[in-house]
Amino acid sequence: MVQSEVINVSNLDLTFVTSDGPVHALKNVDLKVNKGDFVSFIGPSGCGKTTLLRVLADLDEPTDGEVTVNGVSPREAREARAYGYVFQAAGLYPWRNVAANVKLPLEIMGYSKEEQLKRVKKVLDLVELTGFEKKYPWQLSGGMQQRASIARALAFDADILFMDEPFGALDEIVRDHLNEQLLELWKSTNKTICFVTHSIPEAVYLSTKIVVMSPRPGRIVDIIDSNLPSDRPLEIRDSKEFIEISQRVREGLRAGHSDD
Amino acid sequence: MTKKLWTGSDSKILPIFCIITFIVIIWYGFSIILNAPWEYDKAKRNSITLSKTELVSQTWSQKRPKLPTPHQVAKEMWDTTVNKKLTSKRSLIYHGLITFYETIYGFAFGTGLGILLALGIVYNRATAMSVMPWIVTSQTIPILAIAPMIVVALGSAGFSGLMPIVIISMYLSFFPVVVGMVKGLKSPEQLDIDQMKTWSASKSQVLFKLRAPKSTPYLFTSLKLGMAASVVGAIVGELPSGGGGGLGFRMLSGSTFGNTLHIWSGLFSAAILAGSLIAIISIIQRIVLKRMALET
Repeated sequence: MVQSEVINVSNLDLTFVTSDGPVHALKNVDLKVNKGDFVSFIGPSGCGKTTLLRVLADLDEPTDGEVTVNGVSPREAREARAYGYVFQAAGLYPWRNVAANVKLPLEIMGYSKEEQLKRVKKVLDLVELTGFEKKYPWQLSGGMQQRASIARALAFDADILFMDEPFGALDEIVRDHLNEQLLELWKSTNKTICFVTHSIPEAVYLSTKIVVMSPRPGRIVDIIDSNLPSDRPLEIRDSKEFIEISQRVREGLRAGHSDD
Repeated sequence: MTKKLWTGSDSKILPIFCIITFIVIIWYGFSIILNAPWEYDKAKRNSITLSKTELVSQTWSQKRPKLPTPHQVAKEMWDTTVNKKLTSKRSLIYHGLITFYETIYGFAFGTGLGILLALGIVYNRATAMSVMPWIVTSQTIPILAIAPMIVVALGSAGFSGLMPIVIISMYLSFFPVVVGMVKGLKSPEQLDIDQMKTWSASKSQVLFKLRAPKSTPYLFTSLKLGMAASVVGAIVGELPSGGGGGLGFRMLSGSTFGNTLHIWSGLFSAAILAGSLIAIISIIQRIVLKRMALET
């Protein structure tokens, strides 16, 4: 099978102008992501991992360098609705129930009523929220809200899923469970997922490719291709391979920090 | 739920009742103090001395008191509502209806204008820069000074009757709506806006699906303030208009002819009118926000 390239970043530079002077958020970033990859971006805060994701999603504009998503510019990809984006906060509308929240992007994109209903049902089933259609966000736990938010990002069936620390605010048990579900979902849909996190176990558990980043200026210090099998029960985290990859990630993070 | 409502209002009723009792007691006290000189004069002229009880009962029942007592005001209001024909110029309901219409039209136009201006300010930088200072300035001009000018100017242009008063009412009521709605329409967070962007939503979709629903609570707060301002505007507008009628006109004529009962009954009618209109908005607010699940 020929692996097709979904994301290509070369020589990316991004400098924010702030009142305290310019901030070099990203420097010389090169990255290739293939179709079906699960890529994690890991690093301490300020390393530019979220900014990189926002550049890919055309929410921030690079100062210099080339970026293509699906072979076109991020802007064209966004306008073609090529990706779903899951933010750190669930961002559900309190005046819409779960089903209506998931339906929102479908309404915006002009899907027929019938199609909307069909898709809402399908994605709510995918994230195991069937039966909660009529509930309002405040009636859901944090984990369920985040699942609804993932369902919403999946509803229009984009090939790419960008996720910015979606489970960052959740406790570890809920997080483990959602990680398992996310892996299942990724395997069954064959989407390309770009996932920002600052948890090493989460990154290693989920990813086929781990991008280790470092701050001031934000840059990539290591890219690790994971050789873990695609079937990953939670116990895999005690295996030798898992621990080895975790160590390499940790070393990368430490190396990035040493020149402070 | 009914129980919650009751305990909820219970906690309010007692303090309100205490304050009202306190005010009424003070009011009766001042009725004696303010109306006493006239009674003393009268007694002196007739060379009698007044006992304490006589003084009190007489100061509380004068035909043209300086300060009428609450029960006199209540009786006056009863007489001029229930016991008068609606078409009579002596009926408070007749005057109240005139003020009511002026208020409602002023409120409707003011709200419309306020929302339009808010949309302009939120969506257009040039509008924000050029219009906002004028909106603020407009509210620093005392309405009492500008009301006669509006009446005269519009009158000479051939507009008389309700129209100038409606405009004055609108002039006061659009302001809280602009301020509230600008804040409401800008209330979505950056995350909400970014999210809309990831779906490539159009400007009107962002407005109708995000900004408008999110600003609903702000709208109701603005509407209540706007309604109170509309009533004030209508009453102030009636003062220089003359002739037409309305609660403001009734109070002014009471003041001109030294009939304090007319002033006080007009004042209370205006308060009841404003209070009821705001209460109606509150009820609609509660129903709408509950339906939108913005309030539980």
